[in-house]
Amino acid sequence: MTDFLLELRSEEIPARMQDRARADLEKLLVAELAKAGIAAGEIVTYTTPRRLALIARGLPEATEAVREEVKGPRTSAPEQALEGFLRKTGLTREQLTDQNGVWFAVTEKPGRATAEVLAAAIPAIVRAFPWPKSMRWGDASLSSESLRWVRPLQGIVAIFGQDLVSCEVAGIESGFATVGHRFHSPHAITIGGAHDYAEKLRLAHVIVDQDERRAIIRDRAGALAAEAGLTLIEDEGLVAENAGLTEWPVPLLGRFDEGFLDVPAEVIQLTARVNQKYFVCEQPDGGLANAFVCVANIEAKDGGAKIIAGNQKVLAARLSDARFFYETDLKVPLEEQAKKLEKIVFHEKLGTVADKVERMAKLARWLVEEGIVKGADPAHAERAARLAKADLVTGMVGEFPELQGLMGGYYAKAQGEPTEVWEAVRDHYKPVGQGDEVPTAPVTVAVSLADKLDTIASFFAIDEKPTGSKDPFAIRRAVNGVIQLIFGSSLTVSISQVLDQASRWGYRLNLLKLIEYPFWLELHVRSSAQAKQDDTVFRDLKARYGVDGAPVDSLPLADTVLSYQRMYIGDELTKVVDFFADRLKVQQREAGVRHDLIDAVFALGGEDDLVRLLARVHALQAFVTTGEGANLLAGYKRAANILKKEGWRDAAAPAPTPTMREMADHSAPFGEEPSRLPEERRVIEVDLANGHIPQTGEEDPLAEASAPAGAPAHEPAEAALIAALDEAEPRAAAAIEAEDFEGAMAALATLRAPIDAFFEQVTVNDADPAKRQARLALLARMRAAVHRVADFSKIEG
Amino acid sequence: MILTLHDYWSERGCVILQPYDMEMGAGTFHPATTLRALGPEPWNAAFVQPCRRPTDGRYGENPNRLQHYYQYQVILKPSPPDLQELYLGSLAAIGVDMATHDIRFVEDDWESPTLGAWGLGWEVWCDGMEVTQFTYFQQMGGFDCKPVAGELTYGLERLAMYIQNVDSVYDLAFNDAGVTYGDVYHENEVQMSTWNFEVANTDSLFDAFRKHVAECENSLNAALPIAAYEQAIKASHVFNLLQARGVISVAERQAYIGRVRDLAKGACRAQIDKMTPQWRANFPEWSL
Repeated sequence: MTDFLLELRSEEIPARMQDRARADLEKLLVAELAKAGIAAGEIVTYTTPRRLALIARGLPEATEAVREEVKGPRTSAPEQALEGFLRKTGLTREQLTDQNGVWFAVTEKPGRATAEVLAAAIPAIVRAFPWPKSMRWGDASLSSESLRWVRPLQGIVAIFGQDLVSCEVAGIESGFATVGHRFHSPHAITIGGAHDYAEKLRLAHVIVDQDERRAIIRDRAGALAAEAGLTLIEDEGLVAENAGLTEWPVPLLGRFDEGFLDVPAEVIQLTARVNQKYFVCEQPDGGLANAFVCVANIEAKDGGAKIIAGNQKVLAARLSDARFFYETDLKVPLEEQAKKLEKIVFHEKLGTVADKVERMAKLARWLVEEGIVKGADPAHAERAARLAKADLVTGMVGEFPELQGLMGGYYAKAQGEPTEVWEAVRDHYKPVGQGDEVPTAPVTVAVSLADKLDTIASFFAIDEKPTGSKDPFAIRRAVNGVIQLIFGSSLTVSISQVLDQASRWGYRLNLLKLIEYPFWLELHVRSSAQAKQDDTVFRDLKARYGVDGAPVDSLPLADTVLSYQRMYIGDELTKVVDFFADRLKVQQREAGVRHDLIDAVFALGGEDDLVRLLARVHALQAFVTTGEGANLLAGYKRAANILKKEGWRDAAAPAPTPTMREMADHSAPFGEEPSRLPEERRVIEVDLANGHIPQTGEEDPLAEASAPAGAPAHEPAEAALIAALDEAEPRAAAAIEAEDFEGAMAALATLRAPIDAFFEQVTVNDADPAKRQARLALLARMRAAVHRVADFSKIEG
Repeated sequence: MILTLHDYWSERGCVILQPYDMEMGAGTFHPATTLRALGPEPWNAAFVQPCRRPTDGRYGENPNRLQHYYQYQVILKPSPPDLQELYLGSLAAIGVDMATHDIRFVEDDWESPTLGAWGLGWEVWCDGMEVTQFTYFQQMGGFDCKPVAGELTYGLERLAMYIQNVDSVYDLAFNDAGVTYGDVYHENEVQMSTWNFEVANTDSLFDAFRKHVAECENSLNAALPIAAYEQAIKASHVFNLLQARGVISVAERQAYIGRVRDLAKGACRAQIDKMTPQWRANFPEWSL
C-alpha cells in the first residue's frame, strides 16, 4: 500500500472557490481510480491561495486484472446486428464467444501499475476540472483550445510513494519541486512525498491545511480582541475567506477614529467585512468598538506596525466615504427620496417601484383595517409602507445594497417617524430565509406581508411563476416569508382572500392609470352606463383592442390591468394556494411534519387558513402515529379499496363550489376603500364555511344504509358500525366546527373497533345484492366520515 | 516614481508611450491597450494615463477618492509566465518593502461593459489598500484575446501615499520644494466635482452623446477604426458625465451602456477586419 501526493500550484485561487475545488479534486480522482478498478482509500485535500493538493493514502501498487464481458446479439440474430456489435466493440467475429446462443465480447485487461494510472489521470483531471470561472494565458493562448485553469497553472508535484508520477499538462511537467511562501521563502523546495509534504511546506512558511489556518485566525483574532479588553464579533465566513487569502496568516489589531462611531454600526461592520475582510469588535457594553482585526500573510520584520498603519488608513478612507453617504442621505427626507422611485422600473409589466409602493400602502392599510393584523394603527401601516422602499435611492444603499431596509430604518428614525413606523421600514424585508428572525410587531407584519403578497400576486398575474430551479423574482422566498409571518403572529387569515385583495389593488391602481387615456375613459364611461358594473367593462378589453383609436402605448397597461383581473376571476388563485401548500410542505418538513398529512388536509379543499390547517395536520399526525390511528387508517384503506374495486361511486360528486372570487367580484374600482364592502365579506365567510366541510351528507347514500324500513337485517357487527358512525359523525363535525381537531380525531378513533369487527365478521360481497349494496354504502359512509377530518387516501403507509 | 517604472518596464522590453490626449475612465481605454489587445502580434507597452471618473468626485473631501487621477498602465502580450514576479519586482523598484508590507492578490474579475471586455485577475492589496489591478484579458470588444494579454494598472497616487507614508492624497509631496498634491489639484477637485455633479449642461451633453455616436458610425463607414474608437471614448466619457448629473434612470442606463459597447465593438471589429490579412500572413496559426 502506497500514498500518493498531488499538488497543483497556480497563481492565487479565489478564496471563495477553494472549498469546492477540494471536493471536486477528490471526486475526480476517485472517479479516475474507479475507472481503473482502484478503490480510493483515505483521501485528504488541501488548499492555499496558491495550491490545490491531495493526499490519497493506501493505494495498491497495481490494479487487478480485469475481465470484461459485453453481451451482444443472439447468435440467431440477423447479420446486421452482429456487424453492429463488432463495430461497437472493435473486435472480429473470431474474438467473440458463443455462450448459450448469445455472442459475448470478452476482454481481459491485465493489471496496470497504479503510477501509470495516476500519470494518465492527472492530465485528465486538470483538463476536466470544473472551475466556476477559468481562463487562458500565455503563449499557448494564441489558440482558444489552450488549457484553462482558474488562474495560470505553474507547477505539478505528483509523487507515488517516493517515486515521481511522470506526466505533463500543457507543457507543465510533474516534478518533486514546489515553492514556499511568496515572500518568506520564495525559493524552490523539494518534496519527498505525501509523508513530508505538510512539514516541508511549514518550514517554508506555508500552512497547507486550511483548517489549521482557520483555527489560527479564529484563535489569534479572538485573543487580540481580548487583550484589548474587547470581544471579537465572530464571523466564520470571514475566517474561511482570510484563510483562503493567506498561506501564513498573522492576525493584527488596528484602530479607527472614534468619531466614525456616529455612523451606524452595521455600516461600519459591513464596510470592514465586505471591502476589507476585517473582523470588528465589541466593547464590554455591547456597543461597537473602534477596533478591527485584519489578517496579514507575512510575519513582518517590524512586528506588523506598518501593516497596521496602512490598514488603518484604508479603513479610515472607507469610513469617511460611508459617513459622506450617511450625512448626505440624512439631508433628504424619505418622502423626497420616495419620489425618485417613480424612475426605477420594478418590472416592465408591473410598473415602477413607486407603483409597487402604492399597492403595498393600500394593502398594508387594508390588512390592519380588516383586523387580519391586529394591534396596529392603519395610518402607521400605510406610512411605513410608503417609506419602506425610499432608501433604495439613497447613496448608502447604492453603495451597499445589502443595507436596504436597515438604512431606511435609520433615516426614518432620524426624521422623527414613530417607532412603529421606522421599525417597520427597517424590518419589512424580513424574514429573508428559514433561519431569519420573523417580525411580530404588528405594523411591521402588515408592511412585510403587503410587500410579499403584492410580489406574489403580481408575478403570478403576469405569469412569472417560479419553475423548477428558476425563480428570478424570489417568489418562493416571498411565499415562505408570508407563511412564516402568519405562523409567527398566529394570524387568522385566508390566503386566497388576501391574495384576492392584493390582485384587486393591482387591478384598480393600474386601471386608474389606464383611464388617463381619453380612449379608455370614454369606453369605461360608456360601458359603465350599460353594464352598471364598473370593472366588468374591462374584462374583454383584449378582445376590443381592435377598436379604432386605442393608443398603442396604452396596450401594455391594458394587458396588466387584465392580468391582475384574471387573478381574482376564475381559478388563478387556487394555483397560488397550491403553491403555498407546496412551500408549506417543504417548510414543515424540517419541523418533522409529514408532507402527506398536509396533502391529506389540503385535499379537502376550502381550508386556506394556515394556522388552522396546521393545527389539524398536527392533530392528524399525533393520531395516525398511535395504534388506533394506524388501525383506523388500515380499515379506511381496506374500505376504500373495496369501494374502488366495486366501482362504487358516490351518488353525487361534490359540486364545484362557486368560488368566492366569482361571487365577490363586483366591488367598485374607484372608491378609496372599495374592498371593504360588507356584502363581499359576508359572501366570503359563507363560502368558506361551505368549503370547510366536504359535502358528504347529501350525496352519501347513508340514509339508505341506515334506513330501518325495508332494509335487510343487519348483522351485529354491521349494526355496531352503524351505531358507532351515528355517534361519531356529529361529534367529529362539532369538534371541527369548534376547531378542536384532537376531539375530532378522538371521535374517529371510536370507529376503529367497529370497523375491525365489521371486516372480521361481515362479508361485504354478499350474494344478496341488497345486502351487498347496503354494506358498500356503509363503507362509503365510513369513508365520508373520515374525510370530514382529512383525506386519508393521501396518507402514506 | 514614474521614471523608475519607465526604466523598469523599458528594461523588460516595453515601449514607453505618452498619455492619450482624451478624457477616459481608465488606462484600459487607451487604444494602446484596447486595440492592441486584439490580434496575434506581440505588444509590450507602458504609459501613464490620466483618468476621469466624474462619479468618484468628493469635492476634495475624501483622502483618497478623486474624480481625476493617474494610472500607470503596463500591457504585455502574450502574458509572460512570470508576470507576478515581474510585477512584484516593479513594486520593489519603487520602494515597497515586502518584508514590512503585506502584499496580497485578492480575486477581482474585471469587466468593462462599455468595452465588451472581461478578464480574470486580482486587485493587488498593499496593507489592505488596492494599489494595482492585475488582469489577464480574455475578451476585448466581444472577441477572444488570442493570445491573452496581461494588464497591470497601478494607482499612482495610492502607491505614492504608501511610499511617502501620508494619510491623505493631498499631503503627497509633488516635489522636494514643498509643493503638495493638494497645491496642484485640490482646487481642481472642488471645481470639477461641482461641475460634474451640479453644473454641467445636460442638454448639451445629451446632444454631444448623439453627435459622437453619429461620428463613430461615420468613421466606421469610412473604415477608420481608430477614429471610430476615439468617438467611442468620447461617448463613454459623456455618458459618465450624464450619470454624475443623475439624469440617466436605471432603466436607461443599460441602454446607454449598450450603445457605447456597440460603438467599441464596432471599432474593434473594423480594426480586426483591417488587420486580418497582415495577421494571417505573419501568424498562420492564428484565427479569430
